This record gives sequence, C-alpha cells and structure tokens, in this order.
Amino acid sequence: MKIDFPHRQFAHCESGVTANLLNYHGFACSEALAFGIGSGLFFAYVPFIKLNFLPLTTFRSAPGSIFKKATKRLGIEVKRKKFRSPLVAEQELDRLLDAGCPVGAQTGVFWLPYFPPAYRFHFNGHNLVVIGKQGEEYLISDPIFEEPVRCAVSDLRKARFAKGALAPKGTIYYIERMPQQFNLPQAVEAGIRDVCRVMLKTPVPLAGVRGIRLLSRQLVNWPAKLGEKKTIQQLGHVIRMQEEIGTGGGGFRFIYAAFLQEAAAILENDKLVDLSQRCTEVGDLWRDFALIASRVCKGRAAVQDSFDDLAELLRQCAVAEEQLFKDLQTAIAR
Amino acid sequence: MKKEDVPQQGGLNAGCREVNYAVDAEGRYLLEQSVGWEAKNIALSQAWEAIVEQLTAVISEIKAGKQSPLAYHMIKVQMDSGLLAQYSGIARWRVKRHLKPAVFAKLDSRVLTIYAEFFGISVEDLCRLPDNPDLALAAFDQFKVENK
Repeated sequence: MKIDFPHRQFAHCESGVTANLLNYHGFACSEALAFGIGSGLFFAYVPFIKLNFLPLTTFRSAPGSIFKKATKRLGIEVKRKKFRSPLVAEQELDRLLDAGCPVGAQTGVFWLPYFPPAYRFHFNGHNLVVIGKQGEEYLISDPIFEEPVRCAVSDLRKARFAKGALAPKGTIYYIERMPQQFNLPQAVEAGIRDVCRVMLKTPVPLAGVRGIRLLSRQLVNWPAKLGEKKTIQQLGHVIRMQEEIGTGGGGFRFIYAAFLQEAAAILENDKLVDLSQRCTEVGDLWRDFALIASRVCKGRAAVQDSFDDLAELLRQCAVAEEQLFKDLQTAIAR
Repeated sequence: MKKEDVPQQGGLNAGCREVNYAVDAEGRYLLEQSVGWEAKNIALSQAWEAIVEQLTAVISEIKAGKQSPLAYHMIKVQMDSGLLAQYSGIARWRVKRHLKPAVFAKLDSRVLTIYAEFFGISVEDLCRLPDNPDLALAAFDQFKVENK
C-alpha cells in the first residue's frame, strides 16, 4: 500500500517534512515558508554540552519545534505520539498508513541504510515521512533525498528507537485536521518575532547573537588551550554543524533569506526585500568562515593568525546579525 | 550565495545530491542541487579520520593487553560504554568490566552472542582483532544508493 504523496527534495529535514505534509493536506507551502513560520533560525554555542565529545554548536532551534510551531501558528490540528514498545509503535504506524495518512517520524540517522555511509553518525533528530508499506519495507519520503526511498521494517524500527541524546522513542506526528482558513500574515509575523526574540534577547550569553560573540571570544584561545589536534577537531565540528546536509548553506541563513523574500510578498512589506538581501550577505559571511576554517583544518596550520581572522569574521557575523534582527523587528512592528 | 557559486565539489556523499539555496541574476531565491563543497568534505573526512585514529590506537592497546576486543567494535560504531549499554541492555558497569581483557576472556557465549548480534557480526569476529582498522574511507564513495 502506498499513499500518493508528492515528494519534493529540500535542504533541511524538518522544514522539508513540514512543507511536504502541509502540501499534501492542501496548503502549497515552500520549505522556506515552513522554516520561517516555525522560526527555525537560531544560534547557540554551549561548550559544556558535548556531542561526540565536542562542544555543542547549533544554527537551528530544537528538533521538533519547527513542525510544532509552524502548525500551531497556522491553527492546524496535529497529533504527536511517543511509544515505549517498538511493537505498539509499529502497529500504530501501520494503522495510520492503512487509513491513508502520511506520518512524520523522528529517527536516528545511524540506522538508516539509505544514507551515504559517511553521514551515518549518531544523530537522533532526523525527520522523514512514512508514506507506505510494501511487504517488509516501508516507503519513505525523506526530504533531503532526490527521490522517495525504501527502508526495511527492521531498520526503521531501530532508527525510531535509537538511543542516546535526543532519543526519538518512536515519535510520530501527523496532521489531523486543517482549518477552514489561515491567517497567513499573522503566522508569518509571529514566526519573525520569535526569531528576533531568541537572537536578540536571550537571558543566557550562549544563545543568539551573544552566543556568536562567545564563540568568537573562545575560538581565539583554542590553539593555546587545547593543542593542535583538539582545536582542529572542534573547528571541523563547527563547520559540520553549519554546512552539513540539511542547512541549505550558511547555517540556515540562506533558507531564512528565502523566507524573508516570501514574507515580503505575504505581508506586502518592501522593507523585507532589503532585509532578505542582508540575510544573504550574513550567510555569505558564514560561508567565508567555513571556507577559511576548513583550510586551517586541512593545512593543519593551527597558526594564531588564522584564528584571529576567524574570530574577526565571527564578530562581523554577530554585528551584522544583531543589526539585521533589530531592523527586522522594526520592519514588522505596527 | 549566487546560483553560479553553488559549489559542485564531490566528496564522500556517494553520488547523492543535496539542495542549496541561492539567488538568481534578479536576486530571486531558488533551490539548486549541489554534489558537495570542499569545506564540508574536509570537515567530514576529518571526523572519520579521527575515528580511524581512535581505532588504530585501540588496536595497539588491545594487543598490549589493556583492553578487550569489545573496545574495538564499540568504537567502530562510534559508541561509548554508556550508549552501548543502552543499546545492548547490558548494564553500563558490566559493559565497562567487559572492556577488560581478563573479564572478556571468561565471558560465556550467551553474553558474547548479545554483543555479536548487536554489532551484526559472528561471535568469532567479535573476539578477533584486525591488524588494521577495517573501516575504509575510500569505500564510502563507492557506495551508491540503490534502493530508490
């Protein structure tokens, strides 16, 4: 059995899943729009939380929040379920598929056999849509792949019950009912306001623009403090968080710029067109950062000079983003 | 990023193309496929090199009698004793004990089978140690997604 689900390839898993599910339920939604309404943009550098023994750096909001916030702001009724037993989780998934409902699921990348092996790390926040089952295989619309893929029932079971940080516990989610009509401008504004808030007004110095400044300050000290090997590893980790499959480039800044462009039309606000351009420029700055950082990694030249340059680039990112989000706040204020 | 600047530098992504956001000549956003980017390729292969390095180090530790072969298989799947404990259902303190060669040598086949099944290998392979890490980065790019 297979649901007739239009698969579209996108940059990021969660905003892609959200956009594809909304599209299936009759709201032609781009990935950028889902990402913006769900306020997916973020920054945090948390040196005391380790991922694979390296400090946590993130360019997006917590897994699950894009779908949750986007649907809530559009007034869509959704259902989200967690399971203790893999057997029950599988029965519930099959029941929903039989009823013709495409189901979003949180999974661990490590267990998904259709991923290129080089990308199979223990990351448990990957989202996909299950769109059917044929024999001992599930049919899956995974938005970061070009075409729908197949996955053995036993592999998806492992992926849904991956262990460790962010363990999905079999989490599934689906759209129960669409509203008669949306207030799209209101949802877009709410999404923008939320991003401005987390980027500018965080109580802790680890998140938002302050987080970028913190990373910039700490990064200069890495070579002296950590030694060459560890420094290179940590720097490589930042690049991966920023650019690896799923960010659309520039640590989600380009997706967000695309969203601002759409938002300009929805809100009939020309100021957002300029702000979109500035957001693109910020993304380009981040790309420069990744490029120089990767050369430092490759040359194994943990020279202090390049770290001063990198820190300076981050400071520029922080300054540019601070001004961008302040102006964005003013632009949509009424 | 401009459309013509979307990088097309293949790496470890085994022929999979991903989507990048870029602007066209009029400044409109569009989605453009990319086979990869040098900066990412460097960062990704570096992460794998670190794992291979860990494996090489653990092989010599096992040979020196400081660790059991279980340590090798654990690192190969990028786990520590805590994560392996959660997956195998064997308590963490026991997993830690099983990392000691003397304890591992006396394990009965029931426990060995649990580990072997989890790693997807035979009990003999679990107890055997390769001379060099059997994790080939070069093979990663040969892999093609067939189950489309």
